[in-house]
Amino acid sequence: MKMAVFLGCTVPVRNLSYELSAKRVAGELGLELVDIPEFSCCGYPIKSVHHETAYLLAARNLALAEERGLDICTLCSACTSVLTEVSYELATNEALLDATSETLGMLGKKYSGKVRVKHFVRVLYEDVGLKSIERAIKRPLDMFRIASHYGCHYLKPSKIYDRFDHPEAPESLDRLVSATGAFAVDYRTKKDCCGGAILGVDEETALSMARAKLDDISDRGADAINLICPFCSVMYGANQRKIAANHNVKYDLPILYYPQILGLAMGISHEELGLMQNPIRPRALLAKIS
Amino acid sequence: MESVRKKDVPVVTVLDPKFKYEVAREPGGENIKYCFQCGTCTSGCKVAELDSKYNPRKIIKMVILGMRERVLSGDFIWLCATCYTCHERCPQDVRIPEVMNALKNIAVREGYIHPAFRAQAELIAGHGRLYEIDELANEKRTDWGLTEIPQGCPEVAEIYGITGLFDLLSREVGGKT
Ligand code: SF4
Ligand code: SF4
Ligand code: SF4
Ligand code: SF4
Repeated sequence: MKMAVFLGCTVPVRNLSYELSAKRVAGELGLELVDIPEFSCCGYPIKSVHHETAYLLAARNLALAEERGLDICTLCSACTSVLTEVSYELATNEALLDATSETLGMLGKKYSGKVRVKHFVRVLYEDVGLKSIERAIKRPLDMFRIASHYGCHYLKPSKIYDRFDHPEAPESLDRLVSATGAFAVDYRTKKDCCGGAILGVDEETALSMARAKLDDISDRGADAINLICPFCSVMYGANQRKIAANHNVKYDLPILYYPQILGLAMGISHEELGLMQNPIRPRALLAKIS
Repeated sequence: MESVRKKDVPVVTVLDPKFKYEVAREPGGENIKYCFQCGTCTSGCKVAELDSKYNPRKIIKMVILGMRERVLSGDFIWLCATCYTCHERCPQDVRIPEVMNALKNIAVREGYIHPAFRAQAELIAGHGRLYEIDELANEKRTDWGLTEIPQGCPEVAEIYGITGLFDLLSREVGGKT
């Protein structure tokens, strides 16, 4: 299976360990990820400012994948959201597709509505499949308790994601964690948003949103949080110390990207998965497996 | 708490009954007219729980009443985290985060863009992305065995030019460039 990998703006500059581990794991599982250097920002932050521009940015990215006959695999949940939405709208609204193609024509591009978009983890869940993943496990992580943060745009709005997982009772990430042998920790605030989208508008509220989940997951005795989005990583990883200091609490909760968890279970070394390059170094966790 | 009228916030008596139609014509705003004020959105909204300035049900009602200026000039429309929780649950399919986007788009045209969003829009125009990919970033990528990424993407600025977004970003309150 071959797909174009859409890195977005944040992952290739700020979350190299996520990109590295995703590409490494994909290679092992027979998923070929092709880089397209001309990709730009997906358009997500522009949707609040100017709808038409956001749609055109997304459509231009879709067109670049279509030129190469590839569907898109994303790593960032926010990119997933706008690219999926525009792919869905252009596939179902002919008038919009015509108008969009006409404008893209001014840039020497065309788009005929064929590209489908899936988050990397959804590709693992639906296309690679839990069975193949289980077969690839060489070092079951049964010493770990891992709490998954689904985030919002991986699942919702569920209509444009073909309801592949239930928005009110999601299970795909927990099942993927269980497939590695780790214990999938259930917790009360599982469905809640990290607050990342309003960090620049109301920092206090955003960090309080992230805090609620950090508290909950810590109380459940998890060894790590499983993440699949660079924005969620800003909230739970990069800002974890700030939240702890602001609220006078203590956490010891490394964040891991799902492909890092899977990679470890597949027997890949933590260096090759960039674990020590994560925003919080997972020292205690690594001590547990060696 | 909210029932105590704040002395410094004047009562809005000038209403624009056409405002709801203006919002309904905007992409994403179409279903605002179906809201029956059940409050499901606000009751499940994590932002509303923590910040009393934000209340999606109330914002919808303000639009329906026609409180155009108060809504467009307010910070609160920028507080939706677009988590889509209410979008999934609204019995009238109002699609609240999309309605908020419609309101933000109109606010931008009126010169009320939130500074954080203006900054992002300008960065993306300049670099084609939120973060600049400079030589250092590419060196690091190569060290890690990852592919290099081109430093800019001029077609993004071309798109802004075509849609008129550059002009909008320089707009002042009142909608004049
Ligand atoms: S969602 Fe963010 S990271 Fe993803 S491409 Fe868009 S702006 Fe960039
Ligand atoms: S920032 Fe919040 S809304 Fe965005 S993906 Fe992360 S959890 Fe979802
Ligand atoms: S849930 Fe829907 S119908 Fe109910 S108040 Fe909110 S927008 Fe209106
Ligand atoms: S989408 Fe916006 S209004 Fe709806 S629950 Fe989330 S933050 Fe609240």
